[in-house]
Amino acid sequence: MDPKTYKFDTLSLHAGYQPSKNAGSRQVPIYQTTSYMFDDVDHAAALFNLERGGHIYSRMSNPTVQVLEERVCALEGGTAALATASGMSAIFLTIMTLCNAGDHMVVSSQLYGGTVNLFRLTLPKFGIKTTFVKPRDTEGFKKAIQPNTKGIFGELVGNPGNELMNMPEVSNIAKEAGIPLIIDSTYQTPYLCRPFEHGADLVVHSLTKWMSGNGSSMAGILVEGGTFDWMQNDKFPSMTEPYEGYHGLSFAEEFGPTAFTMMARAEGMRDMGPCLAPQNAWNILHGLETLSLRMEKHCSNALKMVEYLSNHDSVAWVSHASAPGHPDKELAEKILPKGTGSMIAFGIKGGKEAGAAFINNVKLASHLANVGDARTLVIHPASATHSQMDEATLKFAGLSHDMIRLSVGLEDFEDIVNDFEDGFRAAKKPRLVANK
Amino acid sequence: MKFKVRGTDTFASTGGRPFDKNKPLIIFVHGSGLSHMVWVLQTRYFAFRGYSVLAVDLPGHGLSSGESLKTIEEMGNWVGDVIGAVGCKEASLVGHSQGCLVTMECVAQHPEKIKTLTLMGGASAIPMNPELLKLAEESNPKAVDLMMDFAHGPAGHFGGHPVPGLYHLNVGSMIVQNKEIKDTLGVDFRACDNYKNGPEIAKKLDLPTLSILGAQDRMCRLKDGKILADYIKGSEVKIIEDCGHMMLLEEADQTLEILKKFIAEHYPLPSK
Ligand SMILES: Cc1ncc(COP(=O)(O)O)c(C=O)c1O
Repeated sequence: MDPKTYKFDTLSLHAGYQPSKNAGSRQVPIYQTTSYMFDDVDHAAALFNLERGGHIYSRMSNPTVQVLEERVCALEGGTAALATASGMSAIFLTIMTLCNAGDHMVVSSQLYGGTVNLFRLTLPKFGIKTTFVKPRDTEGFKKAIQPNTKGIFGELVGNPGNELMNMPEVSNIAKEAGIPLIIDSTYQTPYLCRPFEHGADLVVHSLTKWMSGNGSSMAGILVEGGTFDWMQNDKFPSMTEPYEGYHGLSFAEEFGPTAFTMMARAEGMRDMGPCLAPQNAWNILHGLETLSLRMEKHCSNALKMVEYLSNHDSVAWVSHASAPGHPDKELAEKILPKGTGSMIAFGIKGGKEAGAAFINNVKLASHLANVGDARTLVIHPASATHSQMDEATLKFAGLSHDMIRLSVGLEDFEDIVNDFEDGFRAAKKPRLVANK
Repeated sequence: MKFKVRGTDTFASTGGRPFDKNKPLIIFVHGSGLSHMVWVLQTRYFAFRGYSVLAVDLPGHGLSSGESLKTIEEMGNWVGDVIGAVGCKEASLVGHSQGCLVTMECVAQHPEKIKTLTLMGGASAIPMNPELLKLAEESNPKAVDLMMDFAHGPAGHFGGHPVPGLYHLNVGSMIVQNKEIKDTLGVDFRACDNYKNGPEIAKKLDLPTLSILGAQDRMCRLKDGKILADYIKGSEVKIIEDCGHMMLLEEADQTLEILKKFIAEHYPLPSK
């Protein structure tokens, strides 16, 4: 006897949506509206007071966005989710729901550059301080925890150095300290890894990337695992004590495994308002329909790229958790059995100049500040995504001047290779080759 | 709110309002392995409309201490004790699934205390599939997955929770899995399987009773729910189409509307 609940691919097409409740429309309709009619005064009061479910105003929720939220939640194996205007706003909302002024976070040092800036420069303005720990330094996460620490945050596979954080062990450290583990799983998508199965309590995504794959829309999401007991200690008073904004509601008591998302929506969305546009939610939903198919090809193309680059005489080093000799290969095989994603970092011989020539002379690969598009993307982090960082921060984030970051797309592998050959040829004689 | 029942720490959600023993009391009783959390889309409404609400966690469940009670009879008796423990004399009861058996027992044992009875997804007996029972008693998480599968109707399997962003199959399973499965779900399933007094007790009930049934319920089938309602003198029956066993979440709005009307008619607020 086995449960007949729907599995991953089916959920990516169907979860969170019932045509019979939407005029029989097979595709999810775009509810391009700001606000929703109340049946009567009693209905309005009940909605405002979280007595019943439903929509009030699209800053808080929207029926198209709701489908996306449930669908990602179902794919992650979570209890609740909240979609936001971008990945950054999902991270910001999560931290602002978790922390008060005077609180502290322990954060992996290898993160998307924007996230580093958020923790390093922006959150301190609100009185929230951060200790950064290198992703492989599992003990370091433990040592960095202070009495006022409210969570551990990290990307499973650090950006852009491809160093893995030992999620199961770091999760044990978080559990011991009575604080949640938050994972930015943008690079993995639930197809490659479902962090809740490895001890994470909250997951955030930039849906701008692989989840949609189409490179058309900004979006982010917070997903709750329903695993964290907010009442186990007195660290999270805004979750456990009566909340004035809703007649003394205790989110943890009333909503249990969905308390964090309820709070993030009721307070964070209400007061900060980074809501996702329904059209963008729809674009992301469209991409999600083919998540498995795309991720499979992203990963197989990436494996071929790793092999190609590793054997190339213009390449000094290749970093991808599948690469021979990668220090995290064993851990990667354990938590990422379907593949380690399509982000590759490599060093080009000839340093910064060669790197620039390479980037300027590839034509199929797009030079831009994004990852996880269906198309192949390249960038030179030291001069772009991480350019706001000084030398020391750059080094701490695991970057070097010769590094090229590659997000492998779904094109025919041979076409990517031919394009890269042009780039490498130019990189050999950077001064002789005219820039584009 | 935390309070003591028979000397043991007990938790009940009061629907977000301070408990007031002078207001008419409605007690909500959850199903096997679950907790007060399943009732949030019914309790808050009544709590903010002049009633005192207690969505109890049975002993050993949710936030209540103690060990799980082993029989439906004991649970029914315990619910009766809750009324006195909070300083009240009477209450209306609302039960879901196993909670229907428990609330019927409570009426049978304390007829003078109970004013109305609402049964959601009920049946006069809830025999357990032996394999499911065994899995639950072994704390196998598969028991929870199977329960979530059986508990949701075909439409519910796609999601579509009334509260934006919630995915109810996983909400239900986390509520159960946050406790040791054998100590809650296992004990409860065994208690349901052992309980045989349903029909006898149902025939003797003499109070306003409402049955809310899901047309696609696979845990307590619609026909079994109707048989139970037929046993109960004058029971009202409301059937929710396209809905499984978890009507309180799957079709929370319809469930609330039906309950609102019934309570307004049979357990109205005292006129000022
Ligand atoms: C890992 C990771 N997290 C978060 C973000 C931020 O997401 P967004 O650009 O959607 O705001 C990015 C963007 O590149 C990212 O790569």
